[in-house]
Amino acid sequence: MSQFEYAPALESTAIVNIAERYNLFIDGKFVTPKSGKYFPTINPANEKVLAKVAEANSTDVDTAVQAARGAYSKVWSKMPAAERGKYLFRIARILQERAREFAVLETLDNGKPIRESRDTDIPLAAAHFFYHAGWADKLQYAGVGDQPKPYGVVGQIIPWNFPMLMLAWKVAPALATGNTVVLKPAETTSLTALLFAEVCQQAELPAGVVNIVTGAGATGADIVNHPGIDKIAFTGSTEVGKLIASSIAGTKKGATLELGGKAANIIFDDAAIDEAVEGIVNGIFFNQGHVCCAGSRLLVQENIHDEVLEKLKVRMAHIRLGNPLDKNTDIGAINSAAQLAKIKELVTAGGAEGAEQWSAPCDLPGEGFWFAPTIFTGVSQTHRIAREEIFGPVLSVLTFRTPQEAIEKANNTPYGLSAGVWSEKGSKVLWSASRLRAGVIWANTFNKFDPASPFGGYKESGWGREGGRHGLAAYLKASN
Amino acid sequence: MITDTSEGSLKAFLKTLPQVDEVGASARAAMLATRSIKTSSKAWAIDMAISMVDLTTLEGADTPGKVRAICAKAVRPDATDLSVPSVGAVCVYNDMVHIARTSLDLIGGRAIPVAAVATAFPSGRASYAVKAQDTIDAINAGAAEIDMVIDRGAFLSGRYGEVFDEIVKIKELCGDKAHLKVILETGELVTLDNVRKASYLAMLAGADFIKTSTGKVTPAATAPVVFVMLEAVRDYYSMTQTRIGVKPAGGIRNTKDAIKQLVLVNEVAGPEWLNPQLFRIGASALLNDLLLQRMKLRDGYYASPSYVTLD
Repeated sequence: MSQFEYAPALESTAIVNIAERYNLFIDGKFVTPKSGKYFPTINPANEKVLAKVAEANSTDVDTAVQAARGAYSKVWSKMPAAERGKYLFRIARILQERAREFAVLETLDNGKPIRESRDTDIPLAAAHFFYHAGWADKLQYAGVGDQPKPYGVVGQIIPWNFPMLMLAWKVAPALATGNTVVLKPAETTSLTALLFAEVCQQAELPAGVVNIVTGAGATGADIVNHPGIDKIAFTGSTEVGKLIASSIAGTKKGATLELGGKAANIIFDDAAIDEAVEGIVNGIFFNQGHVCCAGSRLLVQENIHDEVLEKLKVRMAHIRLGNPLDKNTDIGAINSAAQLAKIKELVTAGGAEGAEQWSAPCDLPGEGFWFAPTIFTGVSQTHRIAREEIFGPVLSVLTFRTPQEAIEKANNTPYGLSAGVWSEKGSKVLWSASRLRAGVIWANTFNKFDPASPFGGYKESGWGREGGRHGLAAYLKASN
Repeated sequence: MITDTSEGSLKAFLKTLPQVDEVGASARAAMLATRSIKTSSKAWAIDMAISMVDLTTLEGADTPGKVRAICAKAVRPDATDLSVPSVGAVCVYNDMVHIARTSLDLIGGRAIPVAAVATAFPSGRASYAVKAQDTIDAINAGAAEIDMVIDRGAFLSGRYGEVFDEIVKIKELCGDKAHLKVILETGELVTLDNVRKASYLAMLAGADFIKTSTGKVTPAATAPVVFVMLEAVRDYYSMTQTRIGVKPAGGIRNTKDAIKQLVLVNEVAGPEWLNPQLFRIGASALLNDLLLQRMKLRDGYYASPSYVTLD
């Protein structure tokens, strides 16, 4: 070996037991679907079928909603809040105990690198349960009046990019505030939610408090349109979010929607350049770019454009793409063939519109869905790759001349989920942050999450906040 | 890069360097520490690390016997396995250079250079005349590498010209007889911004290597410090086409730590730096742990520490 080549360092999969088929989790038990149908879920890194998962139809959804209603009225709403908190603490501890099992399963089903599922997704999921467990008996301080009341039965639909973490973002606050839940994981990534169902059993959570129904868009629509649902919490595309909003218009259903984004990551010429380059990489290549708040539009001050791009390319050449189970992998597999096709379509459009493409030199495995980390330079605001969410490891690079222009360009989007500002000058950071129309603004960092920090969007990036005190308010009604 | 080497233009140049965000740099260094180096790559890394060790003894209690003992260890780290490479250098105080040189020559270690710490190591608090004589003595006694300390007092009070001039003069004394390693003593410079500035100052003044620490101050070769120094040599190369070496010293005591250093080198400066000409590790206890881990890879079980020699 003439160079320092890292030998494969694979995380063992022996810790997970994947069943051949999975049923629906309703009223504390795994039950066969009335639909009688099952669909396959695959490992996107090799396209092999991991398991078959039940497809819930409207009858199944109805059973789940009734179970959630029964649990709400008979058990969960009558339980002292401190007792509710104990269940959440118990779930949090079990998640920590079984963290490696969850991390490996998440990586198998989603395609994300084990380093991220191990160091980010699962620890943060446990942290969300711990955080909200503490709130359960302190809701009078949540800022929603002295005696805030839960909605009742909440329908929750989550995406495939952070399956377990999004489950935690949804389930932990709902349970802490006294709601019961019917949750649908994304059809390509159901397995960790079903493992979570086992955790609910292990924690002896009362039957019906958490129900997990698997399926695709039709199952989601059944949840949204079910009259027994009091509130919808959705994370996913803006397109589906709009459908949900129009479906529930005129009903009493509440909603929080966590939708798409096209975040600007602004690098001023007085930034700490090396760390800014690192932040660009974390901003767009974390989780294969399957991040709604990804820093997908790089706005770099024109006078440092060349220097930043040169350093970025050097850094990108060190990104390790490959087997997601390898502990040294930085970029794993694209979650599905459909998502890969969407990325390729937008990348082709970027080239056709005249932007210049550069991809990191890396070998793509033969099987599975892969896309090399890619940047486009010479992008202008009118290009599709500067306006549409690619949801993949593709960065569009734009330039600006003055701070005012940076803010104008950053805000010139129908989205407003997140933004990043890089400058060693504190006053400039604060000046920028107060003018950016985005729900989350990171200063000299990117893609940092904490259960205590509210997350959510402006404009077409969504309604409401998740996490922190603001996130609790989304699951509570003010008392009179 | 700079028009002249006056105090003013040095100050102006150092101001143009981008600042270091301590949180971000530390986070990146910590992430690289999670790299998992196994099997064949671990074997490669252990041998590479052994060949990069500057086997060091810098004690008031050093004696000719002690120095001869580490010289023997430097040439043949594991007497039972001759496939183990020799170390990068033997590093001693000025008055031990002659003993180390003669001893190495006698036992087949002609190729192993002797490095001498110089310029009133470790504090650097002496007149220039003393520092110069310290360096000359070491070179005359056979040192092929001079590990000088910078004047941290001058650096911290902003007298960059003084720091620079001193390195230039010591470099002149080294001429083509000795390589110059410049010790920044990052534990006393404290901030990563200072580490970056001092790295450039040393490189501009003619350092062949920049070295973190004397080993007498804590903290020494922390991952963020080595990370920033590796960025400095990488960027200096892209400006000047000259590769400067890096030597972390102090606190690298086991194989895991050493391999983390090699990962930093590989992914920050680049694989071109992965050789003893451009990367050294100043250490003493480290070598035995490298040998134990090497035996473990070869035999499949951990040997008792009794199987490695104490020197």
